[in-house]
Amino acid sequence: MADAGNSAAIAEAFADGPAYVPYLAVGDPDYESSKAYVEALDRGGADIIELGLPFSEPIAEGSTIQGALVRALEAGMTPDRFFAFAEEVDVEAPLVCMTYYNLIYQYGSESGPRPFVERAAAAGIEGLVVPDLPAEEADPLREACDEFGLDLVFIVAPTTVGDRLDRIMSRVSGYVYVQARLGTTGARDDVSDQTTQSLDRLREYDVPKAVGFGISAGEHAERIVAGGADGIIVGSALVDIVAEGVEEDRSTAEVADRLEALSRELKEGAERGYAARAEAAESTATEPR
Amino acid sequence: MSETDTPTTDETERRRRPGRERGRDDGKFGRYGGQYVPEALMPAIEELTDAYERYVLGNEDGFIEEFRERLADFGGRPTPLQRADRLSERYDTEVFLKREDLLHGGAHKLNNALGQVLLAKYMGKERIIAETGAGQHGTATAMAAAHLDMPCTIYMGERDINRQRPNVFRMKLNGSEVKPVTAGRGTLKEAISETMRDWAATVEDTHYVIGSIVGPHPFPVMVRDFQAVISEEARAQSIEKAGGLPTDVVACAGGGSNTMGAFADFVDDESVALHAVEAGGSTLEVDEEAGVAPNSASLYTGDEGVLHGARTKLLQDSDGQIMESHSISSGLDYAGVGPELAYLVDEGRVNPVAVDDDAALEGFHRLSRTEGIIPALETAHALGFLEEHHEDLGERVVVNVSGRGDKDLDAAIEETDKRDIDEAPDMSMFTGGI
Repeated sequence: MADAGNSAAIAEAFADGPAYVPYLAVGDPDYESSKAYVEALDRGGADIIELGLPFSEPIAEGSTIQGALVRALEAGMTPDRFFAFAEEVDVEAPLVCMTYYNLIYQYGSESGPRPFVERAAAAGIEGLVVPDLPAEEADPLREACDEFGLDLVFIVAPTTVGDRLDRIMSRVSGYVYVQARLGTTGARDDVSDQTTQSLDRLREYDVPKAVGFGISAGEHAERIVAGGADGIIVGSALVDIVAEGVEEDRSTAEVADRLEALSRELKEGAERGYAARAEAAESTATEPR
Repeated sequence: MSETDTPTTDETERRRRPGRERGRDDGKFGRYGGQYVPEALMPAIEELTDAYERYVLGNEDGFIEEFRERLADFGGRPTPLQRADRLSERYDTEVFLKREDLLHGGAHKLNNALGQVLLAKYMGKERIIAETGAGQHGTATAMAAAHLDMPCTIYMGERDINRQRPNVFRMKLNGSEVKPVTAGRGTLKEAISETMRDWAATVEDTHYVIGSIVGPHPFPVMVRDFQAVISEEARAQSIEKAGGLPTDVVACAGGGSNTMGAFADFVDDESVALHAVEAGGSTLEVDEEAGVAPNSASLYTGDEGVLHGARTKLLQDSDGQIMESHSISSGLDYAGVGPELAYLVDEGRVNPVAVDDDAALEGFHRLSRTEGIIPALETAHALGFLEEHHEDLGERVVVNVSGRGDKDLDAAIEETDKRDIDEAPDMSMFTGGI
């Protein structure tokens, strides 16, 4: 069942109030700074943290996250260092690994996804997001995730309808990643109508809906949560802060402070949206007919 | 089928040839193939699969007739199967050249580009995007888009743009926009990734004309079907001109579109040996630390993995990161290969071989000097194989001349200067380009 997630920590993150789910590429721009940055997200109120494990051909990413993955690879990030990172980083929020299928498939001595998932579970990873793995090809990974207690998160696009939506929703657990608009990742100013339509389509499925792609400010977070999202996923806007830090040669502490500050803004925005939604629901309920 | 059977020309029969059934149903070639793409692309891929089945397989609205007519009138098909007299003498075997270099644009690429742009038109799409490595697929797509009046954007690695400036100019002459890709080493694999990103944002009105038998289903089967005209003609021509089927078919392999095009209708002829010649580059050794394989021999040396939407054989490190490939010929410079070729190699039906930069360049000079045909550096690998392995081949060999070498002259001058090649022209007293 879709709603019976494997990870209690992920279920908890959506239990009361909206979940703020930030993303950073692990190892960007280097191992130690990256650790400080992920810890800053946690201090800023992260409910779940998505950690990007860099792949050389990230076809679903826009230029911002591509840049981060290249920096991380150049600084020597590998799957094994990624797992060491997950073990060492000092955070409260549950960790979800976002990467491409070839890295999962190749890991370890036997081919197939099982060794990767086993290692991820040992490192304390609670879930996986694999943007290039369609539901049709996902059964071996789904089985491995069930064996080791990880959630498998799928992305649903504005164009995902009908049978495809059912196929995905029958395999998802933890939360569903609602892609707010077409295209690759990247911070945008607008919040798309496509988001509202996607959330409407997903209403009947009993699994938390986290909206991502293009969220960069507290007021976007507020509007999206007010519109019915259970959580917000933010990547590019945070990665931009890291990239700027590299360009402007800022100290690790300063970049971490900026990440923490934006995190607070996003989290507070999401909470305002949640309060507004609760209020609207109450006034609808009490409105005389 | 015996050697004397005349191949059928009937359209329905032709499309039913069993050699072309593989992969059509579910996009799988044994363990290879599939649809490993971001969810946002799935509807586009489903729509394309539907269009492929209706128009290409079902010939709805007379698609196939229009495609054939345009291939003949605009493209110049059929291309000849020519006996190479000097090579036949040199190797003491009958050598025939399938002259895809004579197709409009100077390479086999138009077969696929014209088919896909026409299909996009039948589907009601309004814009064409494509990636290109050597620039041959980009120029073919730009020509087809101009011919069919469709706006077109071509993504090309920055490094390839520098290697292939005349082709960039040709695309622009045909009215296409050329967008440089700066990620990674700026070659074909980065250009494919970038084009997929564009497509993810524009699927509703845009068709992605992929340049080889790679990518998610239905691209590998569809591109094969468009390119299969090469082997369809070559098979009939061999029977008619040479009195029977060839003993061997030789084609160079990068992504594998000319390869699969040259092999498709021979796969079921068990007597015909099929040789896929990959770029051996400078060496088959890899530098795992630097993530570089100084070759493009994914069939010969690669391992199973997932890249650009398909499970296939890849050049990758032990973590699964994709290696930077290398070849003297930018058209072969790709870390993956079509899933159908990966399957046919595993089945033992296709013989994968690697020919290094030196042998390819010698093949380039040999064909130019002795037969009056300047081949593409890609094709030159197939000619290098002939020189090295002619003693292992049968009495009637067909070599697919996938393209002409005019685009490669700058690179050929530079690479020739570095080497000591018999009877090669010496250009060192001249400076600058040509």
